[in-house]
Amino acid sequence: MRTLHLRRTALRLLVLLASTFIALTTAFALGRLSGDPTVNILGPTAPPEQREALRHELGLDRPPLTQYLDYFRSVFTGDFGDSLQFYQSNTTLILERLPYTLQLVAAGMTIAVLIGVPLGVLAATREGTWWDRAASTLALLGQSVPVFWLGMMLVALFAVKLGWLPAGQSGTPRHLILPAVTMSLYPMAHIARLTRASMSEALAEPFIDSARARGLSTAGVVWRHAFKNALMPVLTIVILQTGILMSGAVAIEYVYSWPGLGQLALQAVQFRDYPLVQAIVVFGALTFVVLNLLVDVIHSIVDPRVR
Amino acid sequence: MADTLRIEVPAGNGRDLPGPVEQPVLLVEGLVVEHRDGTTGRIFRAVDGVSLRVAAGESTAIVGESGSGKTTLAMAATGLGPRSGGHIELLGRSLERLSRRALRRLRPEVQIVFQDPHGSLDARQSVRSGLRELRRLQPERTAWIDDAALLERVRLSADLLDRYPHQLSGGQAQRVCIARALLMRPRLIVADEPTSGLDVSVQADVLKLLREVRQTTGAALLMISHDLAVVRSVCQTVHVMRRGRVVESGPCETVFTDPAHEYTRELLAAMPGARWRARR
Repeated sequence: MRTLHLRRTALRLLVLLASTFIALTTAFALGRLSGDPTVNILGPTAPPEQREALRHELGLDRPPLTQYLDYFRSVFTGDFGDSLQFYQSNTTLILERLPYTLQLVAAGMTIAVLIGVPLGVLAATREGTWWDRAASTLALLGQSVPVFWLGMMLVALFAVKLGWLPAGQSGTPRHLILPAVTMSLYPMAHIARLTRASMSEALAEPFIDSARARGLSTAGVVWRHAFKNALMPVLTIVILQTGILMSGAVAIEYVYSWPGLGQLALQAVQFRDYPLVQAIVVFGALTFVVLNLLVDVIHSIVDPRVR
Repeated sequence: MADTLRIEVPAGNGRDLPGPVEQPVLLVEGLVVEHRDGTTGRIFRAVDGVSLRVAAGESTAIVGESGSGKTTLAMAATGLGPRSGGHIELLGRSLERLSRRALRRLRPEVQIVFQDPHGSLDARQSVRSGLRELRRLQPERTAWIDDAALLERVRLSADLLDRYPHQLSGGQAQRVCIARALLMRPRLIVADEPTSGLDVSVQADVLKLLREVRQTTGAALLMISHDLAVVRSVCQTVHVMRRGRVVESGPCETVFTDPAHEYTRELLAAMPGARWRARR
């Protein structure tokens, strides 16, 4: 049993290292495949000598393998280089924008969980009723509506027409409402659908009949037994969705001019600021890898069968 | 705890019964359970007008092949499954008139031991926390014995208290289920194929345990089984079910030695060792 546990932990770490390596390599390759950054920095009319000088300064004239090895060395020493656009350390830039993204993701995911989980539980415990159909329709809508469109519609209604909330920027909790609601819709729909499926499965298990037969209240059966058993897939998707939103909130941050990592990534791509793009991709990948590890750890805490 | 439930029938109530009357723990009259087929939409009767009576302290069996409606009957009779028609009285209370809350209050009196011992235990609950849950639910009713002594009663070591279902063998898991039923000191134990998933050697132990529990607590036993040998070793009366109907009822010895219905004879002939016994 213990050997099996050790083997599983070792395998997890191996997968983690391999994922990190693949993410770093992809980030490096993408930075080189997206065109010549000197064109953006110096403009298309800059003389070739000047462009060559900049290429030399940025180390782009060295063989790709040397660049690749240097890149790995600097990443492992925590040095993500400087931005070509902002003339600042990429780490500083990311850390400056990170709190905004964290704020937005935390608010969005809180709304998504607070609505999605009860909605899924309600649909599963009232399977086949209009509650179930309403929840499923809402979930389907949530997953099919494009976020940028929803964002623009919410701005048009609540900011422009009704004037209740600010249309963009950040600063006060009121600024957070519209982007957080927009962000919550897709994960909320995903969470609601998964909770419903997972709960339906758990509610059909024999131990549920057994719990009812022992005289437990409906709430006790649903929350203490069915929900606990249905929790893991839901928890997994909440954590993974958090990872996706951490690096994938570009459209929402753009619509609401939210100064987070998504906005920074967009600016970096537009300017072909490849060191910054690389740093953001690596940061996103590492966040995802760490969250995956967190899923594994939580799984082993919550489920005695995988301990 | 009273082994049998007795009620005094007041004079002049229209029922001409003298003195105290022993009330059955379970009375089923003309029970009908219908299901709708998900694909064809057709309605079929899983239980078709079944009547039976389980007296206090009595051990009764329902036998029949798979799909004959035995489990559906047991689930409906205990208020856990749907009922389309008929009348059910559980411990003297009419199920049709019982609110959900009142039915829940009645549950500790009726304990069910399910077919799949591992499936009927919550995988995330250790033996101890399962018992703790019952104690929280019924503190007074369960105070009569501590966890270790309870496990000893079902011949399990107290070391198993911190184990989870996946760390128990099939026999151990079924004993835990019996221990949980025993803890509640029920008046009726419903055992739905309690030995069908177990090894032969373990089956005998579990049956012996069920007999002991019944004898020591005085609880009535309603056993659902397709195994006639199991039924014969534990029960006093038997109801033979076929396609949702009871085709024959009576004391076990009579039904098994002198079956009146063709289906019962077929079941008996299909018993392992039947030919050998017939030759003998």
